[in-house]
Amino acid sequence: MSAPRVLVVGAGPAGVRAAELLAESGTETIVVDEGLRAGGQIYRRPPAGFTRPYGALYGFEAAKARALHDAFDRLEGGIDYRPETLIWNLSRGIAHSYGEATGYNEIPYDALIIATGAHDRTIPFPGWTLPGVFTLGGAQVALKYQGCAVGRRVLFCGTGPLLYLIAYQYALAGAGIAGVLDCAPLGAKLRSLSGLAAAGGVMLAKGLFYTAALRARGIAVVQGALPLEARAEDGRLAALRYRDGQGAAREIACDGIATGYGLAPDTKLADLAGCAFYYHPAARHWLPVSDDDGRATAAGVYLAGDGAGIAGADAAETRGALAAYAVIADRGGSVPMARIAALRRRLARARRFAAALDRGFPFPHEFAAAMADETILCRCEAISAGVLRAAVTDLGATEMNRAKAFSRVGMGRCQGRVCAAAATEVLAAALQIDPEAVGRGRGQAPVKPIPMVAK
Amino acid sequence: MPISQTGQFVRLAEQDRQPITLTIDGAPVTVLQGDTLLTALLIHGRSLRVSEFGDGPRAGFCLMGACQDCWVSLDDGRRLRACTSFAVDGMALETGP
Repeated sequence: MSAPRVLVVGAGPAGVRAAELLAESGTETIVVDEGLRAGGQIYRRPPAGFTRPYGALYGFEAAKARALHDAFDRLEGGIDYRPETLIWNLSRGIAHSYGEATGYNEIPYDALIIATGAHDRTIPFPGWTLPGVFTLGGAQVALKYQGCAVGRRVLFCGTGPLLYLIAYQYALAGAGIAGVLDCAPLGAKLRSLSGLAAAGGVMLAKGLFYTAALRARGIAVVQGALPLEARAEDGRLAALRYRDGQGAAREIACDGIATGYGLAPDTKLADLAGCAFYYHPAARHWLPVSDDDGRATAAGVYLAGDGAGIAGADAAETRGALAAYAVIADRGGSVPMARIAALRRRLARARRFAAALDRGFPFPHEFAAAMADETILCRCEAISAGVLRAAVTDLGATEMNRAKAFSRVGMGRCQGRVCAAAATEVLAAALQIDPEAVGRGRGQAPVKPIPMVAK
Repeated sequence: MPISQTGQFVRLAEQDRQPITLTIDGAPVTVLQGDTLLTALLIHGRSLRVSEFGDGPRAGFCLMGACQDCWVSLDDGRRLRACTSFAVDGMALETGP
């Protein structure tokens, strides 16, 4: 077969491992990534001139971060690497890219590996659009990438593995911390412990370590919390009102809030590539269909990393390698079968672990479904939950895309990345149907805003 | 009890970088080489922009290029996503509506 040209979108753990194996096999490889430097989110590298050592930046994951960065740096000269560049459209074997420095380009490809990762999944609450309210991952980016805390007294609120990790990283860096509100129901968390222990127990041990370290510093940790309202004084974020595990309304003074409930996969390019999707009932989101090696239903399209299903950074590396081997094998190249079998076994273990996380940190969809009509649901265009409900009750929408057309929820410049999870639950409750039956908002090019230029 | 009188962000590390100067709504400020526009603006202030939909100021949300809440304007007419664009000496940022 003729030498294929493979486009890898994303330079996180999945994209880096895919690019590494493709380059090793002599395949022409193009890596396009929005980031300034390869690493993705969890192994995000600060800009040049920053000097904190790996241990300070990545903690327990320092060795993995360094190995990934080194692996990518070794590819220099052997691949076509285009950082700070967005793939904003896919059309018949051509990817359309835009970068502030490089402008618009077309990139023809024979095979496409989509490794676009994930972002925080959030649930709106009154006041969540106030300056000072950020995602958990955003709070981590501020610290890791910029050496900053997102406030002088930061409150961490949500569920999932990132909650305690990032609070701990803030504490270690000397940030002021208002407290940690854990919104997971305790019962679910206890049930997940056996699953986490079975999946290796390392993550469980880390979680207990972070929690103990926070308590040792005298930081308040509230279980079973529900955020009620971020409150401003003189136009500035001043406090979060919340309900505690016993149902009492309380308030914590804070000038920064970091919130999130697990992760949402970024599947916009998989959508434009024509991939079939399925609903994952435990994770409560839609995912592009792929086989164990990452082959999507669209010809020549492969999926890797959290964008193919949330399973964490280790699994992303594994999936990146498997996707690269699948590309090579599908093009008639020879691949190491024993190594692939080992990678598949590793991926199966990671999936069991991810399933335990889904059980331990279930998306608290009831928070979203119960959102007040007045609460802003779509932060792009400041559209309230009541407007989305009216699309059902007054205008007769029975699924996501019609409700989107009527209300504009999901049509703003984020294309529903931020609001889709909550909007789906609001619609499911309003329609009294399963969230799967609400359906999936269709993606559109450009997948993110790009400047319009007249020539 | 007011917690702070100055910017939203607080620097905890990496402060030995080259200072650069830009203007925010005409006022000169000093930031550091390697600061994103979002960091530069939130070290000195509390918001990046005003929502076009009438619900007040915004300061970004995800910091990783997903939410698109942090697009800011430059006096030369360019619009940049503040979390993924870097401060450059001499830049003139506009946070007003």
